[in-house]
This record gives sequence, structure tokens and C-alpha cells, in this order.
Amino acid sequence: MMIDHPLLGLRDAQEFTYLGDASLIDRPDWRSDTAQEEFHDYLYLRDNPAGEHRELWYHEAGDRSWLVVTRNMLTHEITQVELARDVARARGRSK
Amino acid sequence: MTEVNRLDGGQINRAKEVSFTFDGHRYKGYEGDTLASALLANGERLMGRSFKYHRPRGVLTAGSEEPNALVELRKGGRQEPNTRATVIELFDGLEAAPQNAWPSLRFDAMAVNDRFSNFLTAGFYYKTFMWPKAFWEKIYEPIIRKAAGLGSISFEEDPDLYDKGFLHCDLLIIGSGPSGLAAALTAGRSGARVILADEDFRMGGRLNSETLALGDQSGADWAAAAIAELADMPNVRLMSRTTIVGAFDHGTYGAVERVQDHVAVPQEGKPRQIFWRIYSRRALLCAGAMERPIAFADNDRPGVMLASAVRSYLNRWAAAPAQEIAIFTNNDDGHRTAADLIAKGVSVPAVIDVRADAPSVAGTELLAGAEVIGTSGRLGLSSVTVRLANGQTRKVNCGALAVSGGWNPNVHLTCHQRGRPQWDADLAAFVPGTDLPVGMSVAGAAMGQLSTAQALSSGACGAATALEAIGITASAIDLPEAEDAPISLKPFWHVSGGKSRAWVDLQNDVTVKDVKLAHQENFVSVEHLKRYTTLGMATDQGKTSNMLGLAVMAELTGKSIPETGTTIFRPPYTPVAMGTLAGRATGKHFHPTRKTPSHRWAEEQGAVFTEVGDWLRAQWFPKAGETHWRQSVDREVLQTRNSVGVCDVTTLGKIDVQGKDAAAFLNKMYANAFAKLPVGKVRYGLMLREDGIAYDDGTAARFAEDHFVVTTTTANAVLVYRNMEFARQCLFPDMDVQLISTTEAWAQFAVAGPNARKLLQKVVDPEFDLSNEGFPFMACGEVTVAGGCRARLFRISFSGELAYEIAVPTRYGDALVRRLMEAGEEFGVVPYGTEALGVMRIEKGHAAGNELNGTTSALNLGMGRMVSKKKDCIGNTLSEREGMNEEDALKLVGFRPVKSDETISAGAHLMNASGAVNAKVDQGYVTSAAYSPVLESSIGIGFLKNGDARKGEIIRAVNPLAGQEIQVEVVSAHFVDPEGERLRA
Amino acid sequence: MHSLKSITALAASSAQVDSFDGLTIQERADCAFASLAARRGEEAQCAAGAQALLGAELPAPGKGVLGEPYSCFWMGADQWMISAGYAAHETLDSEVKEAVGAAGSVTEQSDGWCRFDLEGARLGDVLERLCNVDLLAMQVGDVSRSRLEHMACFIWCLEPGQKVAIYAPRSSAGSLHHGLVEAAHSVL
Repeated sequence: MMIDHPLLGLRDAQEFTYLGDASLIDRPDWRSDTAQEEFHDYLYLRDNPAGEHRELWYHEAGDRSWLVVTRNMLTHEITQVELARDVARARGRSK
Repeated sequence: MTEVNRLDGGQINRAKEVSFTFDGHRYKGYEGDTLASALLANGERLMGRSFKYHRPRGVLTAGSEEPNALVELRKGGRQEPNTRATVIELFDGLEAAPQNAWPSLRFDAMAVNDRFSNFLTAGFYYKTFMWPKAFWEKIYEPIIRKAAGLGSISFEEDPDLYDKGFLHCDLLIIGSGPSGLAAALTAGRSGARVILADEDFRMGGRLNSETLALGDQSGADWAAAAIAELADMPNVRLMSRTTIVGAFDHGTYGAVERVQDHVAVPQEGKPRQIFWRIYSRRALLCAGAMERPIAFADNDRPGVMLASAVRSYLNRWAAAPAQEIAIFTNNDDGHRTAADLIAKGVSVPAVIDVRADAPSVAGTELLAGAEVIGTSGRLGLSSVTVRLANGQTRKVNCGALAVSGGWNPNVHLTCHQRGRPQWDADLAAFVPGTDLPVGMSVAGAAMGQLSTAQALSSGACGAATALEAIGITASAIDLPEAEDAPISLKPFWHVSGGKSRAWVDLQNDVTVKDVKLAHQENFVSVEHLKRYTTLGMATDQGKTSNMLGLAVMAELTGKSIPETGTTIFRPPYTPVAMGTLAGRATGKHFHPTRKTPSHRWAEEQGAVFTEVGDWLRAQWFPKAGETHWRQSVDREVLQTRNSVGVCDVTTLGKIDVQGKDAAAFLNKMYANAFAKLPVGKVRYGLMLREDGIAYDDGTAARFAEDHFVVTTTTANAVLVYRNMEFARQCLFPDMDVQLISTTEAWAQFAVAGPNARKLLQKVVDPEFDLSNEGFPFMACGEVTVAGGCRARLFRISFSGELAYEIAVPTRYGDALVRRLMEAGEEFGVVPYGTEALGVMRIEKGHAAGNELNGTTSALNLGMGRMVSKKKDCIGNTLSEREGMNEEDALKLVGFRPVKSDETISAGAHLMNASGAVNAKVDQGYVTSAAYSPVLESSIGIGFLKNGDARKGEIIRAVNPLAGQEIQVEVVSAHFVDPEGERLRA
Repeated sequence: MHSLKSITALAASSAQVDSFDGLTIQERADCAFASLAARRGEEAQCAAGAQALLGAELPAPGKGVLGEPYSCFWMGADQWMISAGYAAHETLDSEVKEAVGAAGSVTEQSDGWCRFDLEGARLGDVLERLCNVDLLAMQVGDVSRSRLEHMACFIWCLEPGQKVAIYAPRSSAGSLHHGLVEAAHSVL
């Protein structure tokens, strides 16, 4: 597989380490009243779509960027690759 | 043996004679021959015995699709089973042996199986060997294993080298027949980066095997000229002997190049094969087509061959399979064979054509509307029986029968990503569908463009179109005039009504009757058909048989062939040796070896090394006279505890953490708090997974307000760094924090023991105050050693002794350890290895990998109070889950055997003093155990239910695997200096 | 001057050279390295400080700049590796830190890495057996990080098609060197 790294262009997937669903970016707030349940869902519940999936890949043998890769689980077609840091900020994460 | 069937002409080098042996007999051939062509030229049609029934078999094809002529090539470590005689390039000294034949090819004792064939039909394993159940492993399986199976291996180590490599191109062209060459010329002349790969050792594909002219040249001459032109282009890489074995995602292809398979012994240091990963922007599949056989009674007799293979042997290799060759065909293509044979002076007794309206053939008799219903000949064909159009039978004497059932485009690579081929009714064959792998297109016969003219033009056009898509303009090239015959085929799959078995899959001994049986028992889906009958399995993956099996099944079910389905083709296209996939990554090159800065010095000391991840660490340092490792380890422990010891601890992961938010970031990473750690101090830290389970520990040393150096365990260095980057980029993207690994940059040594300070004072430059007040427990700072060499000093202790860790730039590590040993001589300093390190940490009750084992929480580890409730950190929310905070939770405690000479084993389970021993009443388990030379006893640490409250209790440590059960006393895990007075001294 | 004697990454007193027909593999033990990472919100100031030191702009992703005495290549987002001769710049990290001040995080990296320079007409033939870098597409200054002998290495193009520098973790220098030499043997 080839991943079109936003900074470096097409790179072999062998250089990357796969983590999983990009929803792992959405870590709940520990101060929430329902923090336990929210963390449980965050950690253990995953969608398993037969189609587009947004997932986290780490360019471990490269520039150490975490990427959000949008990949079709049926065809392996990759339609979008973003820096996870940008995605995280767009989803309201900060410090 | 003599070359009784060798003709004139061909593309063999008659100037270079080659001698080889097959089945113990010596033969001669020429450079450019294959093993199969040379054997045929020598009059040998019998090349092997079949898989199940041990029937005599000859060669069916002239290519990599060969199901029958499998041989064991070479001897000893280089012995290779299941190599196809049709693609083995002949070399001087080649030794080949037939498979599945004992005691000899001509007389095979197991051929008795053939007599019992009624018992050995499809599914016979499942039916016959069901009972009694216990017989399977001891009786049935060993017997079947001996009798069945393909070739054998020598069990010796393969002495050859294999390599891997990476290539990039704009256009990968797969196959160098007319379409591939036209494509390569088009693309090559455009300046694009082109790779042209072909599995054959001679490029040109069918152009080398046919007598058809291209313009005013022979096909072979035109191909040779095209290849010569391509060879001169710097932007074109010609890869013969290279099979594209798989089409992977996003334009990546796997290729096996057989660099030195065609020599007896590869050159020293050079690879025999290379596995290439090809990154292509576009790929054009020009893989051609394979002729398919027709099934009829006893169609497996040596001498029954595909018509195209007969033409290949005749035209390319100047070898006639026999003196008299009949033809059996359902299309005009088969007639070409007759013409070629006659032109070469080989007698053609008849052309048997199933079509009633077949055109006549000059120089031979045409039997139109006729079918072959039987064959005879003991170890090879001597005649065929023909049922004529009028129903009468006739015997035709011949030594070979050239069979043509039409052509199947080689769609295999188009299916590697689950593409489904489409049915083409005119060809009566599957052609590539529309769901091709991204970036791939198909040209020539592989696309169903079967004439030479079509192949040339579709290749040229295919290349130009593929390049246009990536912004490269290719001009049209002049193509020679060539044969452009229309399709003239009557679909015809098998002859019905014969008395004997008609073979569908020669490699797996599957007959028409087996397919019928599968149908009868309702295994009608092609996937079931395959698994029930083994049709299409093994080395050829049904290249010549799948279509036939499908057609027979379609006939039985009354469905059309496309309704019946196709099997999915998966990589590899042809078999690939495991060694080829491994490449150079074998033995100790399977992973890189990391060496510590003191490695050379430790070697000089005679250290014994152990692997810790990729690292090699000194395990212990034996001294003269020590005959058992325990003697060395006990000495190292005692001497360290009594005076001073030195250990290389460079392998611990080190991560440099900087930035205004560095402390806040570490607060998130560690369960305990770091924000208030003063500059110049070190703190122990525990890391949790998000689920609350502890996964790593280490220290963080604060060198400045905005600068920490964090250590991780050796094993988890990569994981911790990855998790920190995840937190930094994905969870807290606005924190001002920067990370970089510095594990390798510093050589770090632990100096431990009551004399550690005295020793270090001799090495650290005198302006630095190492007194207990000046540099107390858990202090850190930058110092210089040996007259100005920069260094970092940490007062931390894993052993429980007064201890320091000192780090210098790695290049000085070797010199530093020598200096430390020299300075410590007056104290009797010892180097200690990972064993003594382990003993001392168990004596001190420090958790390590055995305790941080992926199931234990901070509470289990006795560090529950460390987990800050006042801040957010990875894992703290879920560590508060009810189930992880039960009253009788496992707690880390120590154990001592009640009988001092007994030994506690790690992994032993803990049971109450009396009562049952089973999982239900399990009380916990021992994680680490060692002999403590200080206590002169075996000791252990581990997790015990409610362990804190059970000190003094006698329980049992049981190891049912070793039949061991001993009584142990529950004690504190801190066996040595529980108050920690030594490390603060 | 202190009295500790240095050894090379291959644990020798001098750098290793291996010559083949068409390729030379030269260990470089004379390089000092320091990594630089821009502090959040102070990227411009960091870049300005670095430019003053380097005499060139901090390179873009996948690029490097060669200079005297300082060279620099991009390692990751807002992170660079700066190098200089070891003899004259043993404390390169302090020099870089001085140049960027509080706008950058600087880390001593000299002994975190080993470097081998590969040079010769047959470089491409050997490199294609080692890693997936497309040498033909590389210009002077291009830097690619990729797996080579299972290690994440930086490959810096110093002369197109002719010369590259390979940086790998120092503790694995022996494995890397073995891999380079084996590949050269295999091809040449």
C-alpha cells in the first residue's frame, strides 16, 4: 500500500505503524460526570464500516507524523490523508 | 542417449553443448534448451508419475503452467522439489530426478494405487479415514504422507543467497510477447521509465514459438531486434527470468528474478534469486494466453500435449516430441501445428477436428467432426482411437497428440485484488473484467486480442493510453504487418462416452468422473468443487484445468459457464520459495543487532551476552575458575552490595522532552505528578495504558524548567516514544513540547554499591560536589569527567544500593568504562551483567517486565497511591473502575521457601496452605524468582490476593507442569534494606 | 582537553573504508549533530535564528542544505538535524541553542547516529537492493527517511546518482555496515 503523506508524498505503508480508528483522537474529558462510561466507549467501541474508514497511521520509520488516512475498507482506496495534529485541532483539541 | 528427435533450426546455441542427467541417465542438449525440450529431443516423453495414482506422465505444456513434468532439481542443500521441466533452463551438470516414482520412473510400485482408483476418488480422505478416530494420527496420516504429496526436500540448509530490492517506474509491462514489445517500444521511445519483465529466459513470448512473419522478418527476428533496441535505452530496464508474482495495492508489484537459477552453483556472494518490490505509476499486463486441453479418455498418456507446446518445441527448440504427431482440435489454431510439423518434416497422420465444417489441411488427412475417445501405449502414446463423424472408430498411430481446445487469456494478475473476469462468448473464455487493480490495464492476448496484429496494436495503444494518464505523451510507432486471423472456435470441453477416465486436472489426478461425483454430492459451487476434488490446487493452481472443471460442472448443472463462476486467482502467480521472500534477512540478519558502548570492552572481559530486544547486553562476566553461571552472578551481586559494581545501562530508552509545556505533558503521560519536580531532581514515574493497566516505568530527570530527560524500559522504548508522539500530536496538539530520542547518544553506566561515591569522585572532575548533601538521592546534573569530558550524572538506584548513573557521549563510553574499572580497582570493583541486575532488583522488590506484564494495575504493583487523582493522565479514569479496585486485589509481595533448600520458580501459582489445587482457588502467581546470595536462599516476588495483609502466612507455590509444590512464606517484596537507608547514604 | 579516547561507531580507532568496483563505502566519524525543534508559536523566530547560524533557510520537508561549516536537513514537522565537523564543533548543541535561544529546543545528537557515505558510479545498483528510495528522482539536498536493513535511516543525496550519506542509529552501525557491504558484494 502507498500512503500519500501530506508533507512527503507517496510513501510505502511499510514505513508506517497502524493504530486504528481516528476516533481515538476524541479522548473524553476526565472531569465529565460520566467520564467512566465515556472513556469505556472511547477505548472499546469501534465502528467497522464496509466502506470509508478514517484511521490513524504513524510514520514511524519516517518523519514521526501521525496521520489520519481515509481508506475504503473494501477496495483499499485511500481518498484523503491529513496530519493528525491538524485533524485534532479541527476537532477542538488543544492542551 | 542420443537426440533422436532433434531437428534443424530453432533458437538453441548448437555451439554450446550441455550435458545433464535425468533419472540417473546422462543426456546432452544445448544452451537455450529447457530440461523438457532436451528430454523430448532425446526421445524421452516419460517425465514423472502422477500425484495420486502414480500414472506415467509426460510434458503437457512448454511454460510455467505445466501440471505434469515436475522434477526434483539438484542435490543436497540445493535440492528443489516441484520444479517444472518446462521452465528449467538447461545448464551443464544439471541433475534432475523424477518425483513420486519408486523404485524407478519406469516401474513405480505405487502405481498399484491406480488399480484401486475406485476407492481413491474425490473426497476419499473424508470418507475413508473417519474411523476409528485414533487411527488418523498414527496410521493413516503417515501412510498417506509417504504415498502422496509432490516432491521431497533434503532437509539440508540451503547454501544459496537470496536478495530483495526496490524498483520504480512509470510503466511496468508484464510480458514480452508481441503486445509487450510493442508497448515497451512505444513507452521506451517516449522517454518514460519502463520496466519490461518476462518469466522466460528469452524474451519474445509466442513470437519465438510461431512461424508467423512480422513484416519481412520472422517473429523471433523481429522480437530480437526490438529487444536490442530496448536494451540500448537507458530509461528501459529489461528483466528476463523475472516473474511478476503479485499485483498489490496502489501500483505495487512483487517480482521474482531468477538471477542464477540457470547455473549449477551460484557465484560466491551473489544471489540466486531476487525478490523485487516494484513501485509503478501504471502497469500494462501483456501476459498472453494459455492454451487449454480437451478432456478425453486416457488423455494423460505421455505424448498427449498442447498444440502450442508442440509448436514451441518444434520451432523454438528444434525438438519433435515424436516422429508421428496427430492433432486434435476444435479451432483453426490447431491446424497451424500440422503445417509447422509438416514443414519440419515430421509426419502428421491425421488432424482430428471436432468441427464438422473444419477447413482442410494440406499434407495430411482431416477427420472432421471426429473425436478422440481413447489412447494406448504403455509408458507413452502409441496410438489414439478416433470416433469418426459417421460413428465408426478408427485407430491412428502416433507418438504424440497435439491438442488444442482454445485459449484462455492470462487474467490472473487482474484478479489479485478480487477483480472478476468476464465471459467472452466468441472466445469461450474469461477476459479481464472492469474492476482491475488501480493503475493496471491489459493488452494483447491477455485481453482476448488473440491475433498477432491485434496484440501489436493493442500493446502500443495500451502503453500510450497508460502514459497519457500520467502526463507522458508517447507517439505512435510503426508496427509491422502481421497475422490477423479471426476466431474460429467451437467450444468443446470433453469427449463423452469414453471407457476410461478422462483427466481434467493432471497435477491433482482429478477426472471428469470426480467432478461428476462432486456434483452428485452437491459440491456444485466452484469453491466447493475445488476443495472437494482438489481441482486447481498445488503448484500450477489449475492453470490448465480450472476452465475445464468449470465447463464440466456447468454442463452438469445446466448452467452457463459464467453462471457457474470462476475461482479467484491469488498471488503468487507461480510458486515462490520461502527463502526468496526472506531475502538476506535470515539468521542473525533477521533483525539488526544493537551493541552497547561497552560491548568491545565486555568482549575482552569474556562476558556472556544475552539478547534484550535487538540489544546484546552482557549477562554476566565469568572469572577464571567459575564453572557455573551462578558462581559469577553471586559474586557480582555480593561484590556490588559489599563494595561497588558497574553495569552498562545504555539500553534504557531515553527521550529528550523540551518545551514550555514539558512538565504539563509529562503530567499527562505519567500516573504520578511531575509539575512540581524541582530542576536538578529525578523522579520515578509509572505509565498506564488508557485502560488503567501499567505498561512502563522509568525516571524523568529535570535539567531545566523546560527540559526533561525521560527514561523508559529497554523493551518499551519504541512504544513509549510512539505513545508520547500520539499524545503530543493527536491529544494535546497545542502544547509546546518537543520530543526526540537520545537513547544512542549517551553511554550510561550504573555505578552501585557502598563505594560508588568514592569511585566516582576519582572520575568526576573535582569541582563537582558528590557529597550526600551536595548531590543527594534523586539528584541529577551536568558534570564533567576525566578532565573536562561532558557528562550527565543521576543519583538513582535500581539495585537498592548507594548508586549513580553516569552518562558521556557514546564515543567515550568505551574509555569511560575502562576508566571506572581502573579507578575502582582499589575497591575491588566488579562489572555486573543483566543477571546480577535482575537478582538485585528482585532482592529490592522493584517491578520489571515480569510484573508490568499487561495485566497489572498500579494498585496491584503497590503503587496505587501514586496515581494522582488531582490531574488528568492517560489511564487514570479507567484505573478507577470498580473491577480494578476490589478489596482482595492482587498485591505485589515477596516469598521465601519454608525449607531453605527449596527453589521457588517464576510462573508458579499460589494456593492456600491446604485444600484443593486448581484455578478456582488460585491465589495469585510468582512473577520473578532468583537465588539471593545475600539471603542465601531462593526468593520470589509475585502477586497474591490481598497480599499486603497476608505477610507471615505460609502458602503453597505450585508448578503442576514440573510436578512441583513447595511451601513458601509471604514476606515483604523488599528483601534487602526495606527502609532504603543504603540508597540515601 | 579531557583524557577519554573516543572510538568509532564500529568500535575502532579510525573510520572504516570499503572499496568495490564502482562504489566506496566510507564511514564518517567526524560529524557532530544537534537536533533543533521549533517551539510552538515561535517558529518564525526559531527559523530566523537558525538562518543566521546556517547562512541558509531551514530546509523544507524532504530537503537538506549543505554548507560550511553547518549543514542541515529536515527530520519531521518543525524539526531539523544540524551537522558540522566534530573536531571544531564538539558542542554543536550549545552553538545552535545560542542561535535560536528560547525559540527552539536543541538536543545533543552527535553520538546518536552513525554515518556512511556511499559514492560511485554503481551507487544506484547497490542502493536499490537496500531501500525503497528512488535515487534517480533525487536531487542534491533531497533527504528521504526509509527502512534500510530494518532500520529507519536518513538517506541524503549529496551528488545525484553518485553519492549519498546514510544516517542510522549508532548502536546498529555494525548491522548497517554489514548490510551495506553484503549488498555491494551481491551487486558488484
